[in-house]
Amino acid sequence: MSAPATDGRLASSPRLARLPGLGGAIDGTFLTLVIGAAILWFAPVGMGRYGTYVLSLWLVMSIAVMGLNLTLGYAGLKSLAQAAFMGLGAYTTALLTTKAGVSWYAAFALSGLLTFAVGIVLGFPALRVKAHYLAFVTLAFSTLIWLILRNEQWLTGGVFGISNINRPEFFGIKLFGALEFHRFVVAVTFILAVALWWLIRSPWGRAFTALRENPIRAASLGIDTRTYTLLAFAIGSAYAGFAGALYAPLVEFIDPSPFSLSQSFFLLLMVVAGGAGYLLGPFVGALLGVVLPEWLRFAGSLYLIIFAAIVMLLLIACPQGVSGLMERGWAKLTGKRGDAR
Amino acid sequence: MAEFIAYLIAGIATGAIYALAAIGFTLVWQTSQTINFAQGEFVMLPAVLVLLAIKLFGAPVWLGALIGIAAFILIFGVGFKLAVVDPMIRHGVLPLAIATMALSIIMKEGAKDGFSAEAQNFPSFVPTQTIEVFGAAISLQHLAIIACAFAVIGLLQWFVGGTRLGRQMQATAQNPTVARILGIPVERMVLLTFVINAALAVVASVLISPIYLAKFSNGEVIGLFAFIAAIVGGFNQVRGALVGGLLVGVVDSLAAAYVSSSYRLAVPLVLLVVIILLKPEGLMGRREERRV
Repeated sequence: MSAPATDGRLASSPRLARLPGLGGAIDGTFLTLVIGAAILWFAPVGMGRYGTYVLSLWLVMSIAVMGLNLTLGYAGLKSLAQAAFMGLGAYTTALLTTKAGVSWYAAFALSGLLTFAVGIVLGFPALRVKAHYLAFVTLAFSTLIWLILRNEQWLTGGVFGISNINRPEFFGIKLFGALEFHRFVVAVTFILAVALWWLIRSPWGRAFTALRENPIRAASLGIDTRTYTLLAFAIGSAYAGFAGALYAPLVEFIDPSPFSLSQSFFLLLMVVAGGAGYLLGPFVGALLGVVLPEWLRFAGSLYLIIFAAIVMLLLIACPQGVSGLMERGWAKLTGKRGDAR
Repeated sequence: MAEFIAYLIAGIATGAIYALAAIGFTLVWQTSQTINFAQGEFVMLPAVLVLLAIKLFGAPVWLGALIGIAAFILIFGVGFKLAVVDPMIRHGVLPLAIATMALSIIMKEGAKDGFSAEAQNFPSFVPTQTIEVFGAAISLQHLAIIACAFAVIGLLQWFVGGTRLGRQMQATAQNPTVARILGIPVERMVLLTFVINAALAVVASVLISPIYLAKFSNGEVIGLFAFIAAIVGGFNQVRGALVGGLLVGVVDSLAAAYVSSSYRLAVPLVLLVVIILLKPEGLMGRREERRV
């Protein structure tokens, strides 16, 4: 009599403990974003121009990786054009601000809109057929964009690129300094990350995940799969556009090389390294892909090989990436604590 | 006209190379659902390994070729299957596809750092002369590529359709479960397709490298065109990959000559998008049914 009762209590107590724990983990994501933004706001003090620049670059790449994470990690689509979308955003912003004299904010919005629209146009025919055709269409698009950036000298400056891209103002405060612009990047990244956090918790986000897990079952549950996959891809692409719009004034000079096909591959690897389907994964992935090579300068181009090899090992051992590893470790830790109790 | 013939022959020659890569690509896809994004690097690397073997061991060309080719087939045929595909395929198609992207970066950067960042001459087994046919200057190398590639593809078709082993392989590709019930060693058959894929890559590499020279970045364009060829022809058909490869090669060659040399890459890409829009299962392909 008493044995099942204790069994029941034993079984229910971890579940009780886990439920608020799970709720805490979701809020924890938001809290981490807030704390992370606060730390990054003050972090570069005393780091010098270059250190600040690397931190800003990390955040800008994180935005692009976040978008790709939505496409790949939540909706399960392979996009091989994230760097090309980023290039589209960067060139749009650079051209509009330097040649047409449009304000950065308008250019930023237009970059996002344009990449969103191109995402719809590319995704519509590809997703009509089959999800993995998107990979091939984006592959083609990536190469086309790179060709245009390189060949249309009158517009893009060809291999010489566009230089003297101005940084924006914020209500009369000039953001020309590395620290001021870094804080601006922190704010924009924070807003975009929270928007994504909200999106993924909303019924929309649930629908995206349902698509990744089982598209046919999702369809049978009444989810309009084509619209949702298309939207996930277009929003993911718009994030690349936003990232590009920040990248151009950050670096103040753009040329076609950072927007090539291999860069798109690299962004995909960052998503996987950080943990596809984890909201904070992209920050980890971009840290490994962007910041670490800056610190490990002595490794030179060998770093790319090391990074790719690490990603392959991660894929074999733990396809959920570093975030998955951390979650596993955390579960083990808390599990042990439960045993001790 | 003479010019046109010359471009056509050149297009068929490069098309045959794309076809070799595309056939390997579809074979591997059929038997193990592996989308190999490193396929272009697979064609780039054998030539680099051969030159590396010649340089390291001071070996004569034939011995260097033997060492390089054997090493490539061992590592990227057998090793690729056992060390990359096997442990990863249980996680699904997507992680494996991404792993092949990582592999392509490793191969490309490895060739750049371990061998050379510059293009290197690769020995040709055919004289670099041209002959006159109907007033058109046609390179002997192109003719040799076409002859060799078609011989290899013919051999492969005979193997797949005409031998017991080949038919077992085909059965594995079409329905692994039934093949296993019939007593076919499915795992060994899958491994065999990876070895064939590596061997096709070696043939393509040895044929194209005397013209393109051995360079770490060669795989980018070849890989891209092999994909396009595989999709245009039909993702699940060896015959389709052959037709797709030749078509892409000819279109590319003619586009470079008559449209624009700086946008030559774009024309096959447009072809790809048109095919996806109009006939998504490819020119020769069958529709694949969906599974829940």
